[in-house]
Amino acid sequence: MNSRVTQRLVQAAFVASIALLWHFATASGRVAPLLLPPMPAVGHELSALAADADFWPDLRTTLFELVMAFLLAAAAGTAAGYAVSRTRYAVRTFEPLMAGMYAVPAILLFPLYVLFFGLGPGSKIAIGATIAFFPVALSTVTGLSGVNRLYLTAARSMGASSGQTFRLVMLPAALPAILAGLRIGANAAFMAILGAETIASFAGLGHRIVSMAESMDTAKMFANIVLAMSVAAMINIAVSAAEKRGWKHEQA
Amino acid sequence: MSRPEPAVARLAVIALLLGIWEVAARAFGNPLFICPPSRVVASFAALFRDADVVEAVYYTSFEILVAFVIAVVIGFALGLAVGLHRFTRGAMYPVILLLYAMPQVTILPLFVVVFGIGAVSKIAFGVSHGVFPMIMTVAAGAQSIEPILLRSARSMGANRMQVLRYVVFPHLVPSFFAGMRLAMTAVLLGVLVAELYVSQAGVGRFTSAFTQTFQPANLFALIGVLAALAITLNELCRRAELRFSRWCAG
Repeated sequence: MNSRVTQRLVQAAFVASIALLWHFATASGRVAPLLLPPMPAVGHELSALAADADFWPDLRTTLFELVMAFLLAAAAGTAAGYAVSRTRYAVRTFEPLMAGMYAVPAILLFPLYVLFFGLGPGSKIAIGATIAFFPVALSTVTGLSGVNRLYLTAARSMGASSGQTFRLVMLPAALPAILAGLRIGANAAFMAILGAETIASFAGLGHRIVSMAESMDTAKMFANIVLAMSVAAMINIAVSAAEKRGWKHEQA
Repeated sequence: MSRPEPAVARLAVIALLLGIWEVAARAFGNPLFICPPSRVVASFAALFRDADVVEAVYYTSFEILVAFVIAVVIGFALGLAVGLHRFTRGAMYPVILLLYAMPQVTILPLFVVVFGIGAVSKIAFGVSHGVFPMIMTVAAGAQSIEPILLRSARSMGANRMQVLRYVVFPHLVPSFFAGMRLAMTAVLLGVLVAELYVSQAGVGRFTSAFTQTFQPANLFALIGVLAALAITLNELCRRAELRFSRWCAG
């Protein structure tokens, strides 16, 4: 009991000491405001951001890219995963191939996508979809090919058609793995899109942060980083909630 | 029965894809944007006769290795601290989880503002990616040591160093190598993203130059080299993990 209180105190002290360090470093003028803006300035920019809401077009661009990339990856990933999981031979042939490609940092393809799709949303959607495709496809394969054979035999012996077997046995059994893959894919796509916007773009949250950094407007940049992080946290919460609902649906 | 081995079928699939790419690029591709794989292979030689490109690849490999070593050392120390002591775990683990959950690409411009556009910002960004998986894996490994082993070592008169040396470290070998593999994947991502964002002497300079001057053959070749580098480093870590986690199975 007592140690739990002290642990909370240590955490609070950690956060407070970072805040204090930040405050004194900037207030004493030892750290240039160009590198680390004073805390009140960031707070001021944050409230200005909330008041103007001029981030909406950029937020909309990023979310549009995320939704498109996610839908593409979800459709292509589950379809490819389903196709591969049909036979054991296909699983043994294609799964190592996909796992190997998944291990390569796919952001390397981004310069190529810029060449193909331009600097606009196209290249971000493409890179987000590429990165999200692999976790979705791999977990679909794992989920569908890992269904207990006994259930399949039992369903068939009780006269289920192949459509019924898929809908009533395979899909419910594979759903948790597929949902987990979709969650990982959504997060990976968002990171990739933010990164791609940072590397080369016209618009979007990543682009906002970069343009503030390049105009040396560090306080504004910090405010925009806070904004991007809260969006990421909200996406995380939304996706986790969707995954939990899927679980419940499966159990009901 | 008549089906070929999966490995052979896999190679056939890859060959088929390359063939489709070759034909499609020759028939429909705009040479400004895409080029057939045969041209990519041909441009390898020319690309690597360019001393600047070779140096950039070395430079980036150097950034990756330095970032990896720093991430592994810091991650191991913090993971040990978090995993072995209940108090530090309670105090630090939530903070570490919170930091890990942050989308780190958003602070990439900050790294560049603070550390400049040279190697230091790439190394720092790589470390910030690689250190967290290392902490997590080592902490999980240290937590899974049975308390009775620690207690019996201590009751037989082992001092703190001896407990670490003979009980904790041997137990941590598998998670150490598993953490190294995850850290390598993350460090590669961090360093390469930072390289692509802004670069002075690394490969990022050439990827953006080739994109802006429409040289797809060189771009494909350079990306192929980087992908091969990533695959090799990942594979080395995976092999090491397989090799050094074997003792605990037996």
